[in-house]
Amino acid sequence: MSVSVRIPTILRTYTGGDSEVTAEGSNLAEVLDDLDAKFAGIKGRILDEDGKLRRFVNVYVGNDDVRFQDELATPTPDGTEISVIPAVAGGC
Amino acid sequence: MSAVVTEDHRTESADTRPAEGPREGAFGNAVALSCRECGHRVGLGPFYACPECFGPLEVAYEFPAITREQIEAGPRNIWRYQALLPVPTDIESSPNTEPGFTRLLKADNLGRELGIENLWVKDDSTNPTNSFKDRVVACALSAARELGSKVFACPSTGNLANAVAAAGARAGIKTVVFIPSNLEQPKQVNSAIFTENLVAVDGNYDDVNKLASEIAGEEDGWAFVNVNVRPYYAEGSKTLGYEIAEQLGWRLPDQIVIPVASGSQLTKVDKAFQELIRLGLVEDKPYRVFGAQAEGCGPVATAFKADTDAIRPVKPDTIAKSLAIGNPADGIYVLDIARRTGGAVEEVTDEEIRAGIVQLARTEGIFTETAGGTTVAVTKKLVEAGVLDPTLETVVINTGHGLKTLDAVSGHVSAAATIAPSYTAFKATGI
Repeated sequence: MSVSVRIPTILRTYTGGDSEVTAEGSNLAEVLDDLDAKFAGIKGRILDEDGKLRRFVNVYVGNDDVRFQDELATPTPDGTEISVIPAVAGGC
Repeated sequence: MSAVVTEDHRTESADTRPAEGPREGAFGNAVALSCRECGHRVGLGPFYACPECFGPLEVAYEFPAITREQIEAGPRNIWRYQALLPVPTDIESSPNTEPGFTRLLKADNLGRELGIENLWVKDDSTNPTNSFKDRVVACALSAARELGSKVFACPSTGNLANAVAAAGARAGIKTVVFIPSNLEQPKQVNSAIFTENLVAVDGNYDDVNKLASEIAGEEDGWAFVNVNVRPYYAEGSKTLGYEIAEQLGWRLPDQIVIPVASGSQLTKVDKAFQELIRLGLVEDKPYRVFGAQAEGCGPVATAFKADTDAIRPVKPDTIAKSLAIGNPADGIYVLDIARRTGGAVEEVTDEEIRAGIVQLARTEGIFTETAGGTTVAVTKKLVEAGVLDPTLETVVINTGHGLKTLDAVSGHVSAAATIAPSYTAFKATGI
């Protein structure tokens, strides 16, 4: 299944400056594997040494934060838009 | 503006300034942005996330010797601390809202009710747009100017939107403010009065935040105060700590209670206290830092009480909208500081928050927003639980004015009686 992935500024050095790329996979883990095959090293910026989402990165499948879904097992239906965004804080 | 990038895609740390970067001294005594998580350094620029680990970037300084007298000779606003902030020495010559140096009130009436012998309220409701956000926004505005930004923007549900729109108007820079479309009309007016570019987004605050991050990544020349100039913005909260110490006669309080949303304010007040100690401006003494959250959004309090570092994100459901950050970016650092200083992080119900608002109003004549109500209510709870020592000097922070969150208490306070215009009728009320 093909999905589009929005790349944050600090990771665009991996994608040749592209802000949006396509990838394959039926869930987020597979999508990240495919991304890493195309843009070597990018997965290691999104996941930590234990293979979990880094604490300060948020990944959205559609408009939903995957931490409220199934994390890396979150399904990624064909045509889904995925966004990788550094955590942003607000309030006090 | 871009930093040098090495072959393995990581931002080069040796160059502390973008190639075509800002003027000399644009960021005062700041020398770099440093990752709070892994220590990686990048140059001073519009960067906010570590290229190594996505951790938050924080301003690093090389301070010269700074004296109390130098600070006391400065203006009665946050720029008296210019040497401690990422702003140029001529910051006063650029139009801004000149926030800060708000009153530190001895709160004896509230202290008596709470059983605290020596209680102070740092009242930030008297800032230009009536919340502490004027402090952080003033620092973000300076960074935006120095970086050559053309647009000054933010996602917000209230206080931040007011502060950004007003500061941008005063500075003569285009402002764009993004809010959730279901935000109450009075709150929209509070920002729309200052800017013609109020954008209502169909979604909740998290959706608006996500959109802001995407725009910041696509549009050149946009300074989103709490996104791509966040490291500079966040430093503004340090001035709360500096002022409290100076207003106490250049000493630190024994205990301080601070509201926690992302956790930024609490971590910056602690940073301010540490800097003052390091610079010899106050005596090095123990102080305890307490964080205040709402039960409807208390992920840091939950982690503190469970004695874990794992902060589980939550979907906020509380009247304290300005504290409703379900995934607090600085939460882990709040835990560190509370534990290091012998403090705590506690949470209270919406009813306790309302009671805190009313209690502060009726004891000290200060109408606080829901975040301040949370802080007062948590202080009460911590004293009753024997966690906060009532014999020690304690400061409570009020972050903003209650007129901003009228909906939280309307319907809970009202006229005690409705009477005919006669003396007899008045006497019958028993007032």
